[in-house]
Amino acid sequence: MAKGDPGVTTRGRRAAPRSKRAATAGDPELVQLLTPEGERIESAIGPDGTEYRADFTDEEYRGLYRDLVLVRKLDAEATALQRQGELGLWASLLGQEAAQVGSGRALRTQDMAFPTYREHGVLYCRGIDPIMPLGLFRGVDQGGWDPNEFKFNMYTIVIGAQTLHATGYAMGVAMDGKTGSDDGEAVIAYFGDGATSQGDVNESFVWASVFNAPLVFFCQNNQYAISEPLERQTRVPLYQRAGGFGFPGVRVDGNDVLASYAVTRHALDNARHGQGPSLIEAYTYRMGAHTTSDDPTRYRIASEVEAWQAKDPIARMKAFLTRQQIADESFFAEVDEQARAESVHLRERVLNMPNPEPVSMFDHVYPNGSPELDEQRAQFAKYMESFEGSAH
Amino acid sequence: MATETLTLGKALNTGLRKALENDPKVVIMGEDVGKLGGVFRITDGLQKDFGDQRVIDTPLAESGIIGTAVGLAIRGFRPVCEIQFDGFVYPAYDQIVSQVAKMHYRSQGKVRIPMVIRIPYGGGIGAVEHHSESPEAYFSHTAGLKVVTCANPQDAYWMIQQAIASDDPIVFLEPKRRYWEKGPVELDAPLAEAYPLHASRVVRPGTDATVLAYGPMVRTALDAATAAAEDGRELEVIDLRTLSPLDLTAAYESVKRTGRCVVVHEAPGNLGLGSEIAARITEECFYSLESPVLRVTGFDTPYPAARVEEEYLPDLDRVLDAVDRTFGW
Repeated sequence: MAKGDPGVTTRGRRAAPRSKRAATAGDPELVQLLTPEGERIESAIGPDGTEYRADFTDEEYRGLYRDLVLVRKLDAEATALQRQGELGLWASLLGQEAAQVGSGRALRTQDMAFPTYREHGVLYCRGIDPIMPLGLFRGVDQGGWDPNEFKFNMYTIVIGAQTLHATGYAMGVAMDGKTGSDDGEAVIAYFGDGATSQGDVNESFVWASVFNAPLVFFCQNNQYAISEPLERQTRVPLYQRAGGFGFPGVRVDGNDVLASYAVTRHALDNARHGQGPSLIEAYTYRMGAHTTSDDPTRYRIASEVEAWQAKDPIARMKAFLTRQQIADESFFAEVDEQARAESVHLRERVLNMPNPEPVSMFDHVYPNGSPELDEQRAQFAKYMESFEGSAH
Repeated sequence: MATETLTLGKALNTGLRKALENDPKVVIMGEDVGKLGGVFRITDGLQKDFGDQRVIDTPLAESGIIGTAVGLAIRGFRPVCEIQFDGFVYPAYDQIVSQVAKMHYRSQGKVRIPMVIRIPYGGGIGAVEHHSESPEAYFSHTAGLKVVTCANPQDAYWMIQQAIASDDPIVFLEPKRRYWEKGPVELDAPLAEAYPLHASRVVRPGTDATVLAYGPMVRTALDAATAAAEDGRELEVIDLRTLSPLDLTAAYESVKRTGRCVVVHEAPGNLGLGSEIAARITEECFYSLESPVLRVTGFDTPYPAARVEEEYLPDLDRVLDAVDRTFGW
């Protein structure tokens, strides 16, 4: 999608409206605009009374579908690469495509994102080459890109640490006077349900609140922190935590790309207009393992996974597009072919990633360098040279 | 050139003021740094003159201070964070060692975190627990951080400005028991002409033994040298100033002349800076040494109750005792 800019409250042209749904505080119901069966809901009311709508042109609907399929396919390719020994590790986003594509497409060009290590779908929607994080998982680099070039911070592996970075960055946006208008800047911080127990996340809630930072906290509640279920992190629905910190919280169906888009776009626009932070809990499910090192069959039952399978984000979008005659089989086939081609291309490039030169481990420790380190490097280089010409 | 007599604390305050004046991207942040001027008044008057967007009173959470400063740095600011006391830096430890220290490395040089983390450190002020610690080894052990410490007002004034101007993340340790000691400060020289930040300095020349110290212990080492001179023994005292990277150039040169070396710090001896320094001096000066390198340090206990801190902290007598032992070898 991303070509157009559908407003949150634009009325639908294609939608077959059902009744409005109320998603009030304490109500387990989600802000949802597309049911698991692919039925379009005209609008949904958030806990603070906000009415969410998200309507797109046919081309934009198809674009969202294409994004979902592509990020799933590229993710599957990365998992396969790990299984074949080409990546050291992979953190799959399987099941979370809608939360990531919806929120990722809701970002405006000037907005800044702070991901965890699983936001491959957001990265893709930012127009970033999906090869970029694979160096980290292959072990040839440490994910080194320039956050300001891509408006997408480096992946952060320490759980929750990036929420403080996002908060500081957002404080800087406000200090730079870049809020208060349509072209104001907003910041989004991604994290998961497990991270909500971290001190850093709670500190970032405090900071963002008291400094009125233009920040959206986007929590993908995928129900598990590795093996630990949500009940080990919280007794209240996560979105309700926001209230205690003094800003709004909303729970959205994270498997619904339309609702994820609408809720995020609304929160970002509030932030950019100077209305401060908010928390979005995208209610979703991690269909795969935590990472390729994990075995989820040890801690969750198959029937639970099957129940979530029925809420699949791509299947519902496909059902909607088909029912509304927005797309046909030839379109779906074309998207599948594009996904296949892109994943093959990705694979080829991963296999061709060169290993770094050992001596490069000394690079970039300090912007201004260090004489101690220069000496270590020289000694190491000399040691390595001593092997030249030998059998090893 | 204007030279004024300032306390070390006032010299820091004046240096911070200058940094705020010279670069609009410099922001000071920490607990009580605003209206109060910090618990040691090091930021006194700065919020009044530069506003609460430049001198920011933060919520009371150290990880938050450093973590948000990382974000501000990514945004292009130059945060100067105050940690109120040495013993309160540990909640921020993860952000410092896993985020601040590694951003430049991970990004292959694309992200700079030009942050200064000011920490009043060390004992000697009769404080309650967690207010007298010397955490320098933790940070010196972490690649990606630089660690410096000043020992006199002149260095305080210049080193804080150099640290803020540097693109490296720097832990800036302030010897809190020396905040009130006075000395002459040249105020108007160009920053570029100041004595280099990451260089040690001979602060008293001598011929008989070399004493290496930093921060609060430089004064102690100088006092010991004065006392030794009365006994006819000339100690060379070197203020290390930079703990990471270490600059032992002057120390090597000195020890090769004197053959004897004593390292002094308040922090516990086990795996303290003295251990590394002793190892390096042994490697570099082996054939010149008349005795092993000796260390005079805090003991391997938690920092004790204030009424016994005088016995815990290295003092003139313990330094002289160690010097004597280098001669008795």
